[in-house]
Amino acid sequence: MTQESLVTDELKAAIGVESAPALNEVEKGAIRKFAQAVGDPNPLWQDEEYAKKGPYGRIVAPPTFLVTMASGRSARPVRPPMRRGLLDGGAEWEFYQPVGPGDVITCTSKLAEAYERPGRMGTMLFTVTEQTYINQKGELVAKRRGTVITF
Amino acid sequence: MANQLYFEDVQEGMEVTPLVKQPDRMQLVRYAGASGDYNPLHYDDNVAKAQGQPMVIVHGLLKCAFLAQLMTDWIGDQGKLFKLGVQYRGTDFPPEQITCKGTVTKKYVEDGKHLVDCEIWTENPKGEKTTPGHATVILPTKG
Repeated sequence: MTQESLVTDELKAAIGVESAPALNEVEKGAIRKFAQAVGDPNPLWQDEEYAKKGPYGRIVAPPTFLVTMASGRSARPVRPPMRRGLLDGGAEWEFYQPVGPGDVITCTSKLAEAYERPGRMGTMLFTVTEQTYINQKGELVAKRRGTVITF
Repeated sequence: MANQLYFEDVQEGMEVTPLVKQPDRMQLVRYAGASGDYNPLHYDDNVAKAQGQPMVIVHGLLKCAFLAQLMTDWIGDQGKLFKLGVQYRGTDFPPEQITCKGTVTKKYVEDGKHLVDCEIWTENPKGEKTTPGHATVILPTKG
């Protein structure tokens, strides 16, 4: 029996299709919890008095705080193949605008690429997803391109 | 942060001030809660073993956050992290030490911005680079 490609027709059809937008309201407490979980004591993330005098005039979030945000429901949901596990392969970020409490960030995502590669535990499926983050002023805040490995 | 780094202070080949982290299981649980990444691979040994790991592993995203902190600590309040890329090549286990390091690969001016590219990575106690990556920062000038 020949093994079927992990890059199914369903997956191929989903490439490039933009998700519904998801709105994320940024809360001060969520920023603090995130910074504390990372163990990042930078006062720009937590100390209001200090941050007021800083370059942003307010508290801002650590750059990777954006991972906490929901991205919109996919217009073409893809059932992941039944396999042993999922691994985060890595990501490329670009940051354009700071994010702070009260901001409303709209996140959309789309599947950018899907391919398979042989690996230690059999054929692995790589899916690359792109997220775009836009704030309430319509400014581009950040872009992320992340790779997930299914094996 | 008291010390501001300026574009003029940076030379190619220069080391980024290292950042030492030691995430324990408690920190992985806190990060799961704060980030919303509830993959049990990071808090349930049985799930980790079923996926071929000896025990729970540190979130890739937590290591990404450590590398972001490496850069934001180094560049100071007036510096901006512009680009950050990471590849999760190796796994790290709690409560082993993770040392974040970097070196400056290029400094240049583009579109009026003073940019510095760095090669960055996390290192495990054996000295293996488990998360290689790169960062680009925008620095203020003294002028």
